[in-house]
Amino acid sequence: MSNQSIDIGSETVVRRTVLRPNGLRVLLGLTVIMALLPFIASPYVLLLMLPFIGYSIALLGFNLLFGNTGLLSFGHALFLGVGAYTAAALTSKFGVLSFELLLLVATLMSALVSLVVGALCVRYTRIFFGMLTLAFGMLFHSFLFKFYYITGGDQGMRVLRPLLLGMEWRGGKTAFLTGPFYYYALLLFALLGLVMWRITQSPFGLHLRAIRENAGKAAYVGVQIFRMRLAAFVISAVYGGIGGTILAVTTGLADPELAYWTHSGNLVFMAVLGGSGTFAGPAIGALVFVVLQDFVMSITQYWRFVMGAVLVLLVVFMPQGLSGTVEALVNRRQGGR
Amino acid sequence: MTELVDVVLGGTFHAAVLFLVAAGLQLVFGVQKIVNLACGSFYALGAYFGITAVGLAIKLGMPPVLFLPVLVVAGLVIGLVGLPIERVLRTIYRRDESYQLLITFGFLLMFQDVFRYLWGATPRTMDNVYLAYGSAQFLGVRVPTYNLLVIAASLAIAVGLGLFLERTKIGRIVRATAENRDMAEGLGVNASKIFALVFTVGCMLGTVGGALVVPSSAASLDMAVELVVESFAVVVIGGLGSMRGALVGALVVGLMRAAAISLVPEMEMLSVYLVVVLVLIVRPAGLFGKAAA
Repeated sequence: MSNQSIDIGSETVVRRTVLRPNGLRVLLGLTVIMALLPFIASPYVLLLMLPFIGYSIALLGFNLLFGNTGLLSFGHALFLGVGAYTAAALTSKFGVLSFELLLLVATLMSALVSLVVGALCVRYTRIFFGMLTLAFGMLFHSFLFKFYYITGGDQGMRVLRPLLLGMEWRGGKTAFLTGPFYYYALLLFALLGLVMWRITQSPFGLHLRAIRENAGKAAYVGVQIFRMRLAAFVISAVYGGIGGTILAVTTGLADPELAYWTHSGNLVFMAVLGGSGTFAGPAIGALVFVVLQDFVMSITQYWRFVMGAVLVLLVVFMPQGLSGTVEALVNRRQGGR
Repeated sequence: MTELVDVVLGGTFHAAVLFLVAAGLQLVFGVQKIVNLACGSFYALGAYFGITAVGLAIKLGMPPVLFLPVLVVAGLVIGLVGLPIERVLRTIYRRDESYQLLITFGFLLMFQDVFRYLWGATPRTMDNVYLAYGSAQFLGVRVPTYNLLVIAASLAIAVGLGLFLERTKIGRIVRATAENRDMAEGLGVNASKIFALVFTVGCMLGTVGGALVVPSSAASLDMAVELVVESFAVVVIGGLGSMRGALVGALVVGLMRAAAISLVPEMEMLSVYLVVVLVLIVRPAGLFGKAAA
């Protein structure tokens, strides 16, 4: 076991050739199952699936940075916060209700913020990058928390029900969220998943992986490290912003906790839980995390302890995450190691 | 003028406590290369346990004046939880940093609920002992003598730690292990023991820091996660892995916060992060750090 985990480099090479064609299929399969879910599942389950969609989108972006580029951001919740507060400010302060416009502005805002933050952060790697992103996340959090008259402080800001495709949807909050909004978010998830798949398969994605494997060598063969990293950072931030917008509409509230560093930690938790070495892994991780947290919360008030213990055990015994472990089992059964 | 003295004294008191936690973080990072997100939990653990210990001691008839040594001993004793935690961490020393960061995050989550279970969700305060030493006049400002004692204690620990690392044989071995673990092991050092020692000492620095701060403020569930980011600011400003950096960084953060609270309360933490960003732009490795990777 210990030998295997040290030898991550060669294992990922094997995995990539085996699983790469499957990552997208897993994601699309997940989308299909999710699309059929409203026919069998209760509204409660559907309401649980909305945060999952939001987190999955954010994690698709997060993993471009973490899994592909090898940069671990511990402040990624910052962009969820940007997306959520953009939605809140637009709907409740400026009266903009079109969801498409919300997404557009959230995209622009996250891109803008991440350009500045990223330009400062991507000069570093490893732990320094993690700590810097954490500092920026907290910078934003303390702004949200302390400037009551702009952000509502710890009360947060309300997010009004948006118009989808310019149409107003009648019915109660639950009906709206589990009906039209659910499908809208799911479609967005599939679309952004496709786009991310194209990104990881493109020469750009290859550049990122080359940087992760050996930055010096990549620079030597002409990869523009700074620009590529920054581009990955901005793209991942945009995904985070969109995910945050979905989360905020789901809860109807944008609050500072969204940008708190422990929330960033949860994102990393999800990514590793699912397996950051695979394309669909983080999305699976988000699903398991959301369901597990809901389940543990329903049986004990000490759910943090359980989640923390799960995380510790995961790191010690299953560092490849769920998808990595499943894959290893499949490989073993096929006798192909 | 009195306001300035007030800010400086308040800031230095905060810095003294912050230094202890940050020093623990630096020590563990320097030797084990692990950034310990659970350092804030150790701090909170020290605070909660300190309250319980002093409460118990007073119930047993101890004069309140002796509470400071009780707190220090309580901090040292509860710091021993570092040992079992190090046993778990030992399994992942040679893994990627992201896993090390995550596992300490897992410990942080677990500790949150341990505190909730043992001490409840409402903040706990220690009553009636904060002013047991009276207060002193300092340049026209009244300060609780306790604050001055804590500053002195923190300085003493800083000096002691420095002497330990620089002058003693074990200190030299610790530094050698930090420099190159394999080489040290090749020369007959039992690195596992050194790691356990270092992690426990790092943990004790945090718990003693928490125990010392609690008479002046409350122990709450938020203090762990809040302190983590503050000590990160200290470490980034001072430079990762440097003890002198921890001292200077703690002073910068402590004074900055105290100044912001009295001038622009909204900027309390924002100002700290702004300094962090500024330092990173001007001196990316921190004030005393080696070049960033």
